[in-house]
Amino acid sequence: MSSLRGWAKRFFCGILKGENGMRFKRKDILGLQELSAEEIKLILDTAAPMKEILKREIKKLPTLRGRSVVTLFYEPSTRTRNSFELAAKYMGADTVNVTVATSSVQKGENLKDTAKTIQMMGIDVIVIRHSAAGAPHMLARMVEARVINAGDGAHEHPTQALLDMFTIREKKGDFKGLQVAILGDITHSRVARSNIWGLTKMGAEVRVVGPATLMPPYISELGVKVFYRCEEALEGVDVINVLRIQRERQRKGLFPSIREYSRLFGLNEARLRYAKPDVLVLHPGPVNRGVEISPQVQDGPHSAINEQVTNGVAVRMALLYLLLSGGESGEITS
Amino acid sequence: MPLREKAQIMDADGIRRALTRIAHEILERNKGVKDLALIGIRTRGVPLAQRIAAKIEEIEGVPVPLGILDITLYRDDLSRLDYHPVLHKTEVPFDITDKKVVLVDDVLYTGRTVRAALDALMDLGRPRVVQLAVLVDRGHRELPIRADYVGKNVPTSRREVISVNLREVDGIDKVVIEEPGE
Amino acid sequence: MKLLLKGGFVVDPVRESIEKQDLLVEGGKITGLAPKISIEDAEVFNVTGCYVCPGFIDLHCHLREPGEEHKETIATGTRAAAKGGFTAVVCMGNTNPPADNRAVIEFIKKRAAETGVVPVYPVGCATKGRKGEEISEIGDLAEAGAVALSDDGSSVMNSEVYRRVLEYSKMFDLFVISHCEDSNLSADGVINEGLVSTILGLKGIPCAAEEVHVARDIILVELTGARLHIAHVSSGGSIRYIKEAKERGLRVTAEVTPHHLCLTEELVKDFDTNAKVNPPLRTREDVEALRQALKEGVIDVIATDHAPHSREEKEVEFDYAPFGISGLETAVPLLWDKLVHPGVLTPVELVQKLALNPARILGLPERVLAVGKEAAITVIAPDLQKTVDVSSFVSLGKNSPLDGWTLRGWPVLTVVAGKPVMVDSDYFAGQERR
Repeated sequence: MSSLRGWAKRFFCGILKGENGMRFKRKDILGLQELSAEEIKLILDTAAPMKEILKREIKKLPTLRGRSVVTLFYEPSTRTRNSFELAAKYMGADTVNVTVATSSVQKGENLKDTAKTIQMMGIDVIVIRHSAAGAPHMLARMVEARVINAGDGAHEHPTQALLDMFTIREKKGDFKGLQVAILGDITHSRVARSNIWGLTKMGAEVRVVGPATLMPPYISELGVKVFYRCEEALEGVDVINVLRIQRERQRKGLFPSIREYSRLFGLNEARLRYAKPDVLVLHPGPVNRGVEISPQVQDGPHSAINEQVTNGVAVRMALLYLLLSGGESGEITS
Repeated sequence: MPLREKAQIMDADGIRRALTRIAHEILERNKGVKDLALIGIRTRGVPLAQRIAAKIEEIEGVPVPLGILDITLYRDDLSRLDYHPVLHKTEVPFDITDKKVVLVDDVLYTGRTVRAALDALMDLGRPRVVQLAVLVDRGHRELPIRADYVGKNVPTSRREVISVNLREVDGIDKVVIEEPGE
Repeated sequence: MKLLLKGGFVVDPVRESIEKQDLLVEGGKITGLAPKISIEDAEVFNVTGCYVCPGFIDLHCHLREPGEEHKETIATGTRAAAKGGFTAVVCMGNTNPPADNRAVIEFIKKRAAETGVVPVYPVGCATKGRKGEEISEIGDLAEAGAVALSDDGSSVMNSEVYRRVLEYSKMFDLFVISHCEDSNLSADGVINEGLVSTILGLKGIPCAAEEVHVARDIILVELTGARLHIAHVSSGGSIRYIKEAKERGLRVTAEVTPHHLCLTEELVKDFDTNAKVNPPLRTREDVEALRQALKEGVIDVIATDHAPHSREEKEVEFDYAPFGISGLETAVPLLWDKLVHPGVLTPVELVQKLALNPARILGLPERVLAVGKEAAITVIAPDLQKTVDVSSFVSLGKNSPLDGWTLRGWPVLTVVAGKPVMVDSDYFAGQERR
C-alpha cells in the first residue's frame, strides 16, 4: 500500500516558473490525481479573469483563433458538452461535436479508429466523455492532440472538480482547514474522486458520506473520513457537495428504494442545520429534484448550484488557454 | 544575457513633470473632463494612469473614471511563447461606450501591445474616441500606431531595452536604457 | 537421432537432488545418465551451467482452436509452449464450439497430432455448452481422450449441477478442474476489488468471489469423494480452505499462475489492458500468501493459464477488453527471475511444481530423468538475461504486461520424445565461442 500512496507523487510537477510567467507543461488534463497543488492553483487563478469576461456583453476573445476543439461524447451530457463548447467559442476556437447518436461510434467504430480519424483532421484539443474509465488515457496515448477528460466512468471528472473548487474558493477564500462533505453515491462518482484528490491537495479536510453499499473499499486511504450517517457527517462543515443519485443503482440492488435513500441521505433544511451557518451547497447537476436534495435547499440561500454553471465555463476557458497557449515553438518574441 | 545600464534618461522629477504635462495636454485636447476616462494597460500603464488621473483631479477638482486592462488574451504571440503569461483581471468598472478613452502605457515600441489593447477595448464597448498616452516612445513601430501624448521621445537601437521603473511596482521612479552586456 | 547434453545440472524432483551429469538421448528415450558420456555420432549440446529438468507440463492453457484461430491455434500455441520450455500442455475446453462432446476432443487431438509440436491433453467441458445447467456426456469425453473436466472461464454456479459433475466424473477417474468464481459477486468486475479499483473507478472483483467457490467446491468434494483441482488460485484467503481440505485428506490439488505469483494489481494503474486477467492480479499480501502456500505444498502446481487474444481485442477501453495474459513464453523466465533467483523457490521445488506434480495429477509416468524414461526435457540457462519482446512471441497472443521487462533465467532447449522442439541457437553459439 505504501507504494500506492507515493503513486501520485511520482508525477512530476507540471509547472516551470519563468521570469515572465509560468509554463504549464502538461499535454492533457486527465485527472486531478496527477495535478500538483501548484497546477491546480494556476488553473483556478487563470479562471478568475475568465469569469470576468463571461460578464461582458461581448464574450469573444481572439486568443484561440484558428484552433479547433472537438467534443467527443460517448455518454449523453448536454450540460458538460455545452459548457466546453461555449468555453472554446468564447476563446475564439472552432468546435465540432461528435456524439454517440450521430457518429460512427454507434456503427461499431472503436475508440482507436475514431482517434486515428480525429488525428488526421488536425484537431488541437479533444474533449472526451466516456462511460469506460481510462478511455481518455487511452486516447491521449494515441493522438497528438491535447485531451481533456470530461468524465470517464467512475474514475475522474477533473473539470467538474475544478469548477467546484473554483466556486468554493470564491466563497470561502481558501481551502486550508476547510471541512467539505461529499454526500451520495461515492462508489460510482467520478466527481467525488476528482474532488477528493483536488481538495485534499489544497489542504481541505474531506468527509464522504453515503450508503455503505455505495462506499468504495479503502476510500479512507485517500485521506478522507468515512461516514454512514448524514447528521454526523455534516456536523460543522463549510461545504456540502451533493452527488446525483442514479436510479439504475437502485435497480441493481445497491439501495432499497429512492424513498429510503432520500429519507436517509437527502439534503434537506433540517440536515443543513448541522453544518456551519454559512455552509455552501454544491451539486454537479442535473439535480433529481426532491431526491438527493430538497427544493428548499436547492433554491435556498446556501446553494451555489446555478453559479457552478457559470464557473464551469470559466474553468474550461482557463484550461483551454493553459493547454493551447505557449509551449509550441519555445521561442520568445519581443 | 545580462543587461547593463547604459544611461538614465528620466528621474523621478522628470517623470513627474512629463505626467503633469500629459495631464494638461489631455485636458486641453478634450476641453475638460467631460466623458473622459483613463485606462491603464497592465502592468506599468496602471500606476501611470493613476498618477495622471490624480493630476487631472487636482487641476479640475473632479475625479476621472479609471480602468485597468489586461491584454494577455489579445496578444498575437501567445502560441509562440514558451511560458504562460499570468492572467489578471481586466477591471473597467464603467461603460466605455461614448467615452473619450485615453489608453496609458509605459513604453511605445512595436505597437503590438496597443493593437491588442484596442481590440480588448472594443470588446468592452464603443468609445467615442481612443487616445494613447505613453511615458516613452522609443520608435521601431511595426504597425501604423502613434501616440497622442508622449512623455519623452527616446531614439533607440533594437538591441537596447527601455526599462521603466515605477515606485508602485519597482520601488523607484526612473527610466533607463539598458543594453546586453559584453 | 542421438542427443548428448553435456555438463548440465540434472534436476531430480523425486530425490530432490541436483547432480552434474551428461545425458544421452536415443530413439526418444533417455539411454545414458552419467558424470561423463562420450559418444561420436550424437548432436552435442553444451549445457554447462544449465539446469537439465524433466520436461515441464503446463496444466492450464487456452489454445483457442477450434473457433478462435485469430487468437491462437494448436500449431502456434504448442510452439509457444516449446519456446517457453513446456514439453506438454493441457488445454481448456472453452473453445467455439466448446469441447463438451467427443467430436471436439477428437478434433483437438487430431490437430495436435498433425500440427502440434508438444503433446496436447484436452480438457472436456463439465456441462453442456458450458452453461452450468446439464452435465455433459462425460463418458464419451473420457473415451475420446479428455484428461479432465472443466467449464474453465466460468464457474458452475448451480451447486446441485456441480455435485452431479463431481459424482459422475468418479466413474471414469477423471478429475475436475474448478474455475472458482462466484459470478454474482464478480459481476461486471474487471480488476481486483481494493484501493486500486477505488482509485480508478473500475468495478472490482472481490477475493470473496473466489473464496466462496473454493469453500463450496471443497464441501462438495467432501460430499462426493471426487477428485478436484482448483485452478488459478489468486486470493491469499483461499489458501486456508485448501490447506484444511488437504489436511483432512480430501482429494484436492491446486494451481497458481506465474502472474499471480509475481505481479500485483498496481500493474493496471495506467489502464494497461494487457494486465487485465481473470482472476485479477491481487495485492502484495496475496502474492506473499500464494508464495508461502506454494513453498509449503498447499499449492501443488504452477500453470500458465495462457490466454491469448488478438491486439485488436485488447486495444480497447479497459472495461471492454477481454481477460487474459499470453503466458507460455514468459512463465519460466518470470518464475526464475522473481522466485528462484531471490531464493523463494529452489530449482528442485520449481521443477516439482512445473513437471512432477502436473504429471502426477494427470496420471502420467513419474516425471524424472532416468535411463529408460521417455525423453521430455527442459533446459534452463539460469543466468541468461533477455528482454521480453511481445512482437517476437511465437504465440499469436501478444497480450503480455511484461513487454520490455528484462528477466534472468530462460529456457534454451526443449526436448520432446527425444527431439529438440526448441533450441536457442544464439545461446548455444555463444557457448561454443566461450
